[in-house]
Amino acid sequence: MAKYLLLKHYRGAPEAVNPVPMDQWSPDEVEAHIRFMHDFATRLEGTGEFVDAQALSPEGVWVRSDGLGRAPVTDGPFAETKDLIAGWMVIDVDTYERAIELAGELSKAPGAGGEPIHEWLEVRPFLAAPPTVSE
Amino acid sequence: MTFAHEMDDVEIRRLVPRVLGVLVRRGADFATAEDAVQEALITAHATWTAEPPRDRQAWLVTVAWRAFLDMARSESARRGREDRVAAEPPVAAGVDTDDTLQLYFLCAHPALSPSSAVALTLRAVGGLTTRQIAQAYLVPEATMAQRISRAKRIVGDAGVRQPGDVTTVMRVLYLVFNEGYSGDVDLAAEAIRLTRQLSALTDLPEVDGLLALMLLHHARRPSRTGPDGRLVPLADQDRSTWDRELIAEGTTILQSALARDRLGEYQAQAAIAALHADAPCVGETDWVQIVEWYDELLRFADTPIVRLNRAVAVGEADGPLAGLAALADVDEGIPRRQAVAAHLHERNGELELAASLYAAAARHAPNLAERDHQMRQAARVNDQLRSIS
Repeated sequence: MAKYLLLKHYRGAPEAVNPVPMDQWSPDEVEAHIRFMHDFATRLEGTGEFVDAQALSPEGVWVRSDGLGRAPVTDGPFAETKDLIAGWMVIDVDTYERAIELAGELSKAPGAGGEPIHEWLEVRPFLAAPPTVSE
Repeated sequence: MTFAHEMDDVEIRRLVPRVLGVLVRRGADFATAEDAVQEALITAHATWTAEPPRDRQAWLVTVAWRAFLDMARSESARRGREDRVAAEPPVAAGVDTDDTLQLYFLCAHPALSPSSAVALTLRAVGGLTTRQIAQAYLVPEATMAQRISRAKRIVGDAGVRQPGDVTTVMRVLYLVFNEGYSGDVDLAAEAIRLTRQLSALTDLPEVDGLLALMLLHHARRPSRTGPDGRLVPLADQDRSTWDRELIAEGTTILQSALARDRLGEYQAQAAIAALHADAPCVGETDWVQIVEWYDELLRFADTPIVRLNRAVAVGEADGPLAGLAALADVDEGIPRRQAVAAHLHERNGELELAASLYAAAARHAPNLAERDHQMRQAARVNDQLRSIS
């Protein structure tokens, strides 16, 4: 088994096929989307592949040390041009192909007009602990 | 790790602060005594299913005291001070309500951070295991174990002589209640249990006010979320599912507290909750009286959140324009302020402004349920706008 991070971006990913923002959808379409996301996670729990899912607030700042004895420097909120992570799902699957398959399904979440959003999701493998037998 | 049935578990956890109190009164240091009581609990869990003792408290005191002596001996052997501890005279066992109260105060020590005070209270007064507390707050067990042992060290260093007071205890219990629950421990129910116990040990209208507040909110809990975890606002809640017995109990407790004429912030909050609970439907809510209670509440707790909620009530009592005027006093950065503004502007017929405010409220929502709820509101108003044009 290997863990993968499926990353969703508020900004920074290439534009989706169906990019209408959510507040412009009909109430039923919002409903269908929320149900899809919920059912997707439940299904992966059922198959034993779900690890974690979290959503992040878009509010955030950059922080940097300003040297000994001084308060950290903050900058932000993030500039409009910057990549912005919206949230993630961590899955634990047998193969890379399975990770890609699941990310593809998640990208098909319904959006405006009930049509799939076809948004771009980023798939990143975890660097795992070294195996016991390595030679 | 369960007893014959769940009532037993609560019954046994009720004994925890008493047993701990006895150990501390016999001269045990708080941190070691607390570990010893936890060990006695584990032994109880392992052996009581087969044959529970007749006097459970005496059994726990004996086993915990023995565990404490073992711990103290191995500690003092290390330090070469065995004689002093071994000579500690065992004081007669007995129940002293002051012991339990002192424990509440100790666990809400002002030197502790809120999260540490909450964890220590749940363990030392509530008798929950570190694992249960960790699960409830969604942190690793090792993290929670460290938080608790740091808290015990701080309490030990700060000294038992300057414990917290009933105000800090109430704040801790309110925090526990407000976290809701996750995992196999119902934190809201646990907070109510501990507040009931505190109310029995003290004679303060504010403690009763806090208990009433918890009962009145707990009574509405099943109606606050839909089957899929969605947020159901007060106006849309199915009032037939409200627990009438809890409401009656909370109202009675509140009334006798108010009759003693020593008003405080929890009593004022409970009064507002009681007025909501009392309304057969949202249309019959006594908003005028609710605004009056918010004015009282402001005297004790002039916070932006109270002002925000007051603006909602003013909007219901005197119309959306009055609500918006009240909202002008509220800090811009307060969570849910945009949601309240959206609602008031919508009622005032400014649909475009309302829709954009709902969308902004969704972006700034502090939790997922709230975000989804505000997004639905934005979609609903935008839908109306489309059907008009």
